Amino acid sequence: MSKPKVGFFDFACCEGCQIELSNFGDADFLELLNHINIVEWREVMSEKAGHLDIAFIEGSFTREKDRKQLEDIRARADVVIAYGACAATGGINALKNSVPDHKKRVYGDDRDMPHLDSFPVALSISEAIKVDYCVHGCPMDKYEFLDIVSHLLHGKEPVIPNYPVCVECKLRETVCRYDRGDHCLGMVARAGCGAICPAHGIPCEACRGFIDNPNEESLKEVLMKKGGLSEEWAEKKSRIFTNNQRSDAK
Amino acid sequence: MKKDINIDIHHLTRIEGHGNIKVNIKNGAVEECVWQVPEAPRFFEAMVKGRHYSEVARITSRICGICAIGHTLASVKATENALGIEITPQTAKLRSILKHAENFDSHIVHVGVLVAPDLLGAPSVFPLVATHGEVVKTVLRLKRLGHEWGSMIGGRTTHPTTVIPGGFAKLITTDELKILKDKILARVDDLTALVETIVSLASDIPVFDRPTEYVALHSDEEYGLYDGCIQTVMPDGSKEQFDVRDYKKVTNEWVSPNSTAKYTRHKLESYAAGALARFNNNYEQLHPEAKKIAEVLGMKPIIGNPYLNSAAQVVECAHSVHESIRLIDEILADGGIKEEGIVQPVKFSSGTGSTEVPRGILFHEYNYDENGFCIDGNCIIPTNQNHANIQADFDKLVPELLEADKSKEQMALALEMLVRAYDPCISCSTHYLNVEFVG
Repeated sequence: MSKPKVGFFDFACCEGCQIELSNFGDADFLELLNHINIVEWREVMSEKAGHLDIAFIEGSFTREKDRKQLEDIRARADVVIAYGACAATGGINALKNSVPDHKKRVYGDDRDMPHLDSFPVALSISEAIKVDYCVHGCPMDKYEFLDIVSHLLHGKEPVIPNYPVCVECKLRETVCRYDRGDHCLGMVARAGCGAICPAHGIPCEACRGFIDNPNEESLKEVLMKKGGLSEEWAEKKSRIFTNNQRSDAK
Repeated sequence: MKKDINIDIHHLTRIEGHGNIKVNIKNGAVEECVWQVPEAPRFFEAMVKGRHYSEVARITSRICGICAIGHTLASVKATENALGIEITPQTAKLRSILKHAENFDSHIVHVGVLVAPDLLGAPSVFPLVATHGEVVKTVLRLKRLGHEWGSMIGGRTTHPTTVIPGGFAKLITTDELKILKDKILARVDDLTALVETIVSLASDIPVFDRPTEYVALHSDEEYGLYDGCIQTVMPDGSKEQFDVRDYKKVTNEWVSPNSTAKYTRHKLESYAAGALARFNNNYEQLHPEAKKIAEVLGMKPIIGNPYLNSAAQVVECAHSVHESIRLIDEILADGGIKEEGIVQPVKFSSGTGSTEVPRGILFHEYNYDENGFCIDGNCIIPTNQNHANIQADFDKLVPELLEADKSKEQMALALEMLVRAYDPCISCSTHYLNVEFVG
């Protein structure tokens, strides 16, 4: 592929994945610019573009009025990449899905004002348009982002890990959180982050979503028996980032 | 001549989040002039309900990718307040250095990437790579420093990992702290170069004056950033202080039909938070090196020109660099980093926490049940506190621009630059964690 035209777009999110791109610093970021031509990016540019080779979409699909813009991006772009947990799986936004009265709790008596309209559930971008690839994580790992872009530039299929974070903890020789008297979701969480959280002394919250076919019942059992969590806590523990991937997803 | 001007800027560029500007002038009279916030609401309030205290900061950090450190700090402070946790002096110092990292990091992005193109007459930073390559490289090097500085203490800058209620899950080592000091010192020349660029462009910063009420944290010990009480200063210089617990007496939120983010007001119809508000409240406590830059820029409190918020951010960058070096030296002189355990909860009740994020004063409040699970939360974001003030600026600025016979394009640019000067973080302000406590 010759230097592709690339656009960045954001929907319901914290824009942290865009910020991760700015964290490359001078050398890596300017090098990236040697390989891609950024033609549209509202947060940092006033320019707008037409056709795109790659569209990167951050954030969740949470209201009908965003569908048209998503369809417009899809129509303009050859490849659509959902980047960051919010876009890839609904991410943390989907945590509201299991709190039915979230609108009342937040807006109170103002909740029916028309401009405050939004879906009862937060969805991944793929619920609105076809998504070709996902960069997982909250935030996404900027080097995985580079890896995926690099694969595409070379005409190769990007490789997204489908093994658990536990594998990366072992590689890193991090002592298991359970052996520290803590709990962790690493055994069902999709790897690719380098298991940064356990290495920093906190449990994995599965921000990259589940691996394929996670055993939810077994997860709950381990959280209770080995992690010492109450049944209620164990049941909802993994929802922080995976509500849309659970068997009871709305 | 009686003009007709129609400005309809949908999704203003070079700001964090989505905002619209609408101006409608018919026959020389302003019929409509509004700042709208259409960002998708995200319902964080519902997300923290029922979550364990150890999870709450990790959730509310996700309100904002740019001020994630600030949200984490305000959140753990509120939780610690609710749980009766008294952190150690070392934790407080490291958190201060972490807070400086975030403010520095964000200010560099704002001034160097989002505002500089306006001053250099470019639509974005990308054309500047060719025309002002050295400036762009300087900015990216400083940005990288901000990221490394925050990551070395907080684990990472976007949603920090190590900051937990009661202390640090993983402590920076003494050796790493020395490396951090060297990294900061190595970029002082870059910061000086950026300051010189901004000073050379300062005459392009629009002149506009609308003094308002300025709200910021104040501490007797230092320029209020990580901790303090609430202080407000009026245009005449009169100050009043409030306990953080009483933040609702200052914020007085209300829902505007123009915004998915709530607005605030205190003594006037609106107030301002942010670098300029901090500068106007706490100028005397700035590091001497930061004061020197303020002097070169001709800045002294009380400043009523909101466009100078970006200049105040430059002053604060220097403050954060020199204050952090001072704090690191203090820790090193005290024998370096000491391994300390995590301070454990002694009760479960309700509590508040506040810190200054790049865009201004931030409040978090939580209520926990007897097992440490969150019953309710409330969170008031600086950008929310600025929305009404932006609108009030519009109301004064648009007639002034009309009087000065500005074209539609000049007027649109002046309004865009005004909004950008506030450095709004709209993804933050529509987080919707705002709810009254039940019971």
